[in-house]
Amino acid sequence: MNIDSKTQRTLNKFIPQLESMSKFGIAFLVILILIFFAGVYALYVQLTEGHIVTGMRDQVVWGLFIVNFIFFIGISYAGALISGILHLLRVPWRSPIIRMAEIITVVSTIIGPTYILLCVGRLDRVHHLLLFGRIQSPITWDVIAITTYLSGSIIFLYLATIRDFALLRDNPVKVARWRNWFYKVLSMGYSETPKQKEILARATDLLSIVIIPLAILVHSVLAWIFGMTLRPGWHSTIFAPYFVVAAVYSGTGVLILAMWVFRKVYKLESYITKIHFNYLGYILVMLGALYGYFTFSEYLTSWYGSIKWDMEVLHRLFDPSDYWWWFFFAAFIGVLLPIIIVTVPRFRNINSIAFASLIAVFALWVKRYLIIIPTLEAPLLPNHDLRPEFIHYSPTWVEWTLTVSGVGMFFLMFFLISKFIPIIPVMKISEEKDYNSLRKKVKERNLRRLMKQVRKSDTVNG
Amino acid sequence: MRYAMAIDTRKCVGCSDCVVACQTENNVPIGYCRDWIVETVAGTYPNVEIELRSERCNHCDNSPCVRCCPTGASHYEEGGIVTVHHNECIGCGACIQSCPYDARYSHPEGYVDKCTFCLHRVEKGQKPACVSVCPTKCMYFGDLDDPNSEVSVVMRNRNHKVLAPEAGTKPHIFYLT
Repeated sequence: MNIDSKTQRTLNKFIPQLESMSKFGIAFLVILILIFFAGVYALYVQLTEGHIVTGMRDQVVWGLFIVNFIFFIGISYAGALISGILHLLRVPWRSPIIRMAEIITVVSTIIGPTYILLCVGRLDRVHHLLLFGRIQSPITWDVIAITTYLSGSIIFLYLATIRDFALLRDNPVKVARWRNWFYKVLSMGYSETPKQKEILARATDLLSIVIIPLAILVHSVLAWIFGMTLRPGWHSTIFAPYFVVAAVYSGTGVLILAMWVFRKVYKLESYITKIHFNYLGYILVMLGALYGYFTFSEYLTSWYGSIKWDMEVLHRLFDPSDYWWWFFFAAFIGVLLPIIIVTVPRFRNINSIAFASLIAVFALWVKRYLIIIPTLEAPLLPNHDLRPEFIHYSPTWVEWTLTVSGVGMFFLMFFLISKFIPIIPVMKISEEKDYNSLRKKVKERNLRRLMKQVRKSDTVNG
Repeated sequence: MRYAMAIDTRKCVGCSDCVVACQTENNVPIGYCRDWIVETVAGTYPNVEIELRSERCNHCDNSPCVRCCPTGASHYEEGGIVTVHHNECIGCGACIQSCPYDARYSHPEGYVDKCTFCLHRVEKGQKPACVSVCPTKCMYFGDLDDPNSEVSVVMRNRNHKVLAPEAGTKPHIFYLT
């Protein structure tokens, strides 16, 4: 395909990012690989000695692994909902951030379900889910939903990248041989003919329509695994929408953080501007408010109804010697701080919005912990002579290591993908008008007009 | 045929013989149990009443655990007994969460385990281990569909209750009060 000079110029800016790695980058990579191997060691310990090395016991059988699972599936919303909706609405500023969102989706949808595998008691029998799967079990729904979602989001990312693959393949600047081979295979003969372009646009539109309900469904099903049981604190009708909102909230937060990091590391200041942070900050505020509303509604109803077992969980959450400070962080700080930072113009800048997102993401992780653990620590029939030391859950080093390792894997995969495809859709960017230079032109024109008027009035008066 | 158990809370002395018998009979790993004793105290001194119950899986008609099992390892046996195929269970833990009686536990081998009403004994015409060792004979086991079975007779003549009826599980362990 023909590469015009503007596209070539844009591409040339991105080639060094793809090909070279700074000292800092190599150090980062080494640390990530070390973290990964720490996780492998923890997994080895868990597989050889059994789940006894985790903190999960008779009462609390779902622990940190399930928390991480919900968390990662939650942040995968960034791509599905944010990029899907922005794409469908043809939001003009979406282009530079849309690929990051899609990569977040794919990477976290790969990492999330691995935590389920870690949690399952008999890893060697996981294929039974497929062999003997029964459709009335929410677990089976989850398996179906997540595999569909993962394949959907991989295709979505791929379709959105295919033009860049073609561009990189036809790029006259020399790149490594293996890269060229990959780009050639992955671009599948795409050469930007009008017909190909039309088909691609239609497929992307179609997929972004499909991916939105799919994403909502995935997290609803995930919520139903909990909501369908009779456990206090789980058995709630609003659980599905509550999970969806919390997920988009954390997904947006992670997207903002990714934007902040890549903007700094890859020097993308001219592409990812304050506008992006502000607009995504507004979305974050809206979602934060929604999440706060759902939280309020959830706890108000169970407190007012005051069923004995619901109250037991609530007392734990509001007891300063138990979970209160975590709950305070997750339900109050995690909602109010991002809202205050973004809505008050004096506090609002790129760094503070990134900080607000960091708080939101951490708060949402804690919130997931508070959904799972206190409920399991409060049994439905409270008369089993359960002393606190029997039921109290505290994660062991194996669980923490695997958690950190999962986060490290997220960074590692993100980092490697960003070394393989440009983190910003080059074709799309160079197609669009350069808003920065346009703005400059308008400013200049206005200035000239003003000068003319001044001169005119001078001559009239003079 | 519908197996059920009736336990006389007035006769039970809470000796835990049923627990030990079950652990021995079914080779339950140390630290775990398929049945257990619960002691609830009602009222305030001096009008205090203690209720002793030997609790286990309720072998419900409408079992949330069988409903949510993704592989079909949890299933109904002949006579409504709920059991787990140990070699099909993947240990996901969904059933443990769904059981309102907390009757299930995660076996150290990774699968989920629970009371089977001693199916292997019942098939031979024997009574479950817990019933046969009870020193006060406070447990009755049998077929509810047979009007002359031990359990049917005792339930006709005594007041009885089930645990967590609000869960809608239709449990089949009855406590005679």
